Amino acid sequence: MKISPRHLDKITIFDVSGDIDLSTSPELRKALLREFRELKTPRVVLNLGAVRYIDSSGVASLVEGLKASRDVGSRFILFGLNKTIREVLQLSKLLKIFEIYETEEQSVAP
Amino acid sequence: MSRSSLLLRVELRSDPAMLCVVRNALGELAAKCGFSEADCRAVVLAVDEALTNIIRHAYLGDSDRPIEASFRRIHLPRDGQSRDALEIVLEDRGARVNPKKLCGRALEDVRPGGLGLHFIRESMDTVEFSRRWGRNQLRLVKFLAVQDGPRKGT
Repeated sequence: MKISPRHLDKITIFDVSGDIDLSTSPELRKALLREFRELKTPRVVLNLGAVRYIDSSGVASLVEGLKASRDVGSRFILFGLNKTIREVLQLSKLLKIFEIYETEEQSVAP
Repeated sequence: MSRSSLLLRVELRSDPAMLCVVRNALGELAAKCGFSEADCRAVVLAVDEALTNIIRHAYLGDSDRPIEASFRRIHLPRDGQSRDALEIVLEDRGARVNPKKLCGRALEDVRPGGLGLHFIRESMDTVEFSRRWGRNQLRLVKFLAVQDGPRKGT
């Protein structure tokens, strides 16, 4: 998994690629928690367009990120979900708790 | 093909970095068995989660312990017919699994963790835990979807 941050005004966009699993999800979790808890970034956008696979530990990292965002009053947005990612989030019944858009343009819109 | 034919047997280390290797191989194997793309993803997810559970809970994160995995094509009765299925057996030599702890969590409870077993149960037709000769054994079965048209052998 690769995770690369970009910054757009007060928005941080993480471009994530590869597989999010037991070996890589701690890195994602760490990046998200730092962004919300330490940097208090008002909006964090996760580009999952190049993610091939996500497991329960990856979903857990997203849930932790969501909780951290709520704690500090920030927004946490996902976009670019492929069929695999949607299936896993659907299976976890967590699809509806996340703010999800199709495109980056929608995700960074005022 | 015999009633139970071994397709693949592997022994791997309990190293999280090996999970992607297993996923890639299993995806190919499931496709060769004739599973749909969606069922291939389901089988891969179930096995990946099961291996993750072994690494985290049976071996407590130790990355150098053995895990044995065998994959067989089997025939089992279902709905009054003999059906083709993929049987996957995972064995580890870690701590005994407490069945009472294998309940997952309520999905309404939005918090990290506890999803893996839910994914396994949703993805597979049979999920059986047992303890034999000092080993934890997990048996997973996924039936192949019945194809339209004439059945094999008719």
